[in-house]
Amino acid sequence: METLVQAPAWLRERREQASRRFAEVGFPTTRQEDWRFTNIAPIADAKFALAEGSFAQAPALISSVAVPGSLRLAIVNGQFAAGLSDLSAMPKGVRIAGLRDGARDGTDGLEQHLGKVFNIDAHPFAALNTSLLDDGVAIFVLVVAGAHSQVRIAQTFIGAADSVYFNNAVAEIVVGEGAIVDYYTDQRESERAYHVANIQAHVEAKGVFASHAFSTGAKIQRHDIGIGLKGEGADCTMNGVYLADDEKLMDTHTSLDHAMPHCTSHEIYKGILAGKAKAVFNGRIIVRLDAQKTDAKQTNRALLLSDEATINSNPQLEIFADDVKCTHGAAVGQLDEEAMFYLQARGLTRTEARDMLLHAFAGEVLDGLKIPALREQIETNFFNTLARDVALTA
Amino acid sequence: MLQVKNLKVRVEDREILKGINLTVNTGEVHAIMGPNGSGKSTLARALSGHPGYEVTEGQVVYDGKDLLDMDPDERAREGVFMAFQYPVEIPGVNNAYFLKAALNAKRKQQGLDELDAIDFMKVVKEKLKVLHIDDSMLLRSVNEGFSGGEKKRNEIFHMAVLEPALAVLDETDSGLDIDALRVVADGVNAMRSPDRSFIVVTHYQRLLNYIVPDFVHVLSDGKIVRSGGRELALELEEKGYAGQTAAGARQ
Repeated sequence: METLVQAPAWLRERREQASRRFAEVGFPTTRQEDWRFTNIAPIADAKFALAEGSFAQAPALISSVAVPGSLRLAIVNGQFAAGLSDLSAMPKGVRIAGLRDGARDGTDGLEQHLGKVFNIDAHPFAALNTSLLDDGVAIFVLVVAGAHSQVRIAQTFIGAADSVYFNNAVAEIVVGEGAIVDYYTDQRESERAYHVANIQAHVEAKGVFASHAFSTGAKIQRHDIGIGLKGEGADCTMNGVYLADDEKLMDTHTSLDHAMPHCTSHEIYKGILAGKAKAVFNGRIIVRLDAQKTDAKQTNRALLLSDEATINSNPQLEIFADDVKCTHGAAVGQLDEEAMFYLQARGLTRTEARDMLLHAFAGEVLDGLKIPALREQIETNFFNTLARDVALTA
Repeated sequence: MLQVKNLKVRVEDREILKGINLTVNTGEVHAIMGPNGSGKSTLARALSGHPGYEVTEGQVVYDGKDLLDMDPDERAREGVFMAFQYPVEIPGVNNAYFLKAALNAKRKQQGLDELDAIDFMKVVKEKLKVLHIDDSMLLRSVNEGFSGGEKKRNEIFHMAVLEPALAVLDETDSGLDIDALRVVADGVNAMRSPDRSFIVVTHYQRLLNYIVPDFVHVLSDGKIVRSGGRELALELEEKGYAGQTAAGARQ
C-alpha cells in the first residue's frame, strides 16, 4: 500500500495522537451514554481490513450520482481517484488540496484546521479515522470557506449493492466570517454496510452554515453532526431525513454549541421507520453564558409505519444564558388515519394516499435542496427506497 | 341513483343508525335534518365508507352497484363525493397537486385521459371564478391554517372540480357566517343538474333557504321519523325538533 511518503511532522503527530487515543478508548459500547442504544459490536467484531485500490463497479456508481456542472471529487476506498473526478469547472479562488498534493503549502489551512474542528476525545470513530489518515481508508474532508466566500458541497456515500463494508468518514468545515456553506450528505450505502460519519463545523461571525442529511442506506448508521457557532450573528440550519426498514438502525446525534450572542439555529430531523427498524435521535443544544439573544429551534419527528419499529428521541437543552429563545419539539406517531381517509374519500387509493402523506412529511427537509439536479437525484433515490421499504412492510 | 335499505351502523359498539330507508333519484336534492346525536353525520360518513363506521345490517345500492362493498376511494371514483363536516388539515400537501391527483384518479376510472398541469389549471381557474374563490387557495397546503369558512369553501371547490354524480354535504353550514353560507350555497346551486343528486345533512333550516331541497327527512334516534317536502323544514324551524320522535310520527 502506498503511504504518505513525506508526511509533515504535524500530521504524523496528529495521527499518532489519535491512534493513541483510539487504543486507549477502543470502540464505544452501549455502557456509554452516547452509544446507549447503538450497539456497534458488529463493526468491532468484524475486524474489517483496510480497503485498497478501486473496484469494478466504482466508475458506474460514481457516474450514477454525478451532478452536472459541479466539481467532482471521487474518493474510492478512501483514496482520491483522479480518473473518476472532474475538476474542469474549477472557479477562481477555489483550492482543493490533498494531503499528497505537491502544490500544498502553509496557506491552505490544512495544518491549522485538520483534526482541530472536532475533539478526538469525544469521538472515538473520528479518532480512528484520523489515526489512519492517508493510510488508504480514511475519508477525510476539510473545507475551509474563507471570509465572505460561498460554496455548496454535496457528499454522496455509495457502495456496491449488497456488499458488506465499514465506512468511517469525517468532515471538518470552517465557515469564515460572512461565508455561506451548504453541505449536503446523501448516505445511500449498501443495505449491509456499516456507516459511521462525523461532520463538525465551526461558524465564524455572520457566517451561514446549513447541513442537510439524507439517509436511506446501511445496516447501521451513526451520524454525529456538531456545529459550533463561534462568532456573533452566525446562523445555522441542521436538517435531516432518514428512512429505515428491516432491522436497520439509524442513529443521529446532533450537537449545537451557541457560544456567542445573536446567533440563530434551525434544526429539523425527520424519520420514517418500517419493519423492525430502530432509530435514535439525540439533539443537544448548548447555549453558553455569553450567548445572549440566541434563537434556537429544534424539531424531531418520526413516523412509525409498523408496530415493531421504534425510536429513542432525546432532546437535550443546556441553557446558561438568560435572554434567549429556545424551542424544541419531538413527536412520534403513525400516519394520520383521518388524513388518510380524507385523501381516499377524494379518490386516491390507500397506497397513493400514504405516499402523498409520506412525501409531504419528508418534503419539508427535501425542500432544502437548492441544486435542482441534486434534488432530483436525491429525491428519486429517497422515494424509490421508500416505495420499496414500505411495500415490504405493507 | 341511491337506495338505502334498512341500514344499521355501529360506532364503537354503539348502534347509531337503527334501520334507515331512503331513496334518492337522479337530480333530486334531499335534506337530512335532525337534532344532535340523531345519526345525521353517521349516515353521511357510512355512505362515504369511513372505517370507524361499521355497517351491521342493510344494503346500499348506488347506480346499480353495492356501495358498501367498495373502498372509500372506489366510491369517490365512482362519483360519490362527501363534503366533510371537519375537513382535515394536511400540511405539506399542496391543494392543487392533491386535487389534480384526485381528478385524474377519477378520469382514469372513467377511461378518460389524465389532465396535464396546463389543462388542469384551465378547469380549476374556471371553477374558482364561478365560486368566487381566490386563486391563492390553490397554492396552500390542503386546509392548513384555513379558517372555518375557507375549509368549507375548499370542500365546495373540490366538489366543483370533481363533478360527482352524488354529493353528500355533512353539516357544511356549521360554523359559517351568512356570507360564507351564501358562497357555499351558490356553489351547490350552480352545480344542481338533472344528472346530479345531493344529500344535504344539516341541523338548521337556514341553509335550506339557500339550497332549496326537493325532500326533507327528519332523523331521530337512528331512524327517519318523517319525510316531506320543503315545507317540513319550515315547520321544524317553527316548532323545533321536540315531538319529532318515532312515536310522534305515527300519530
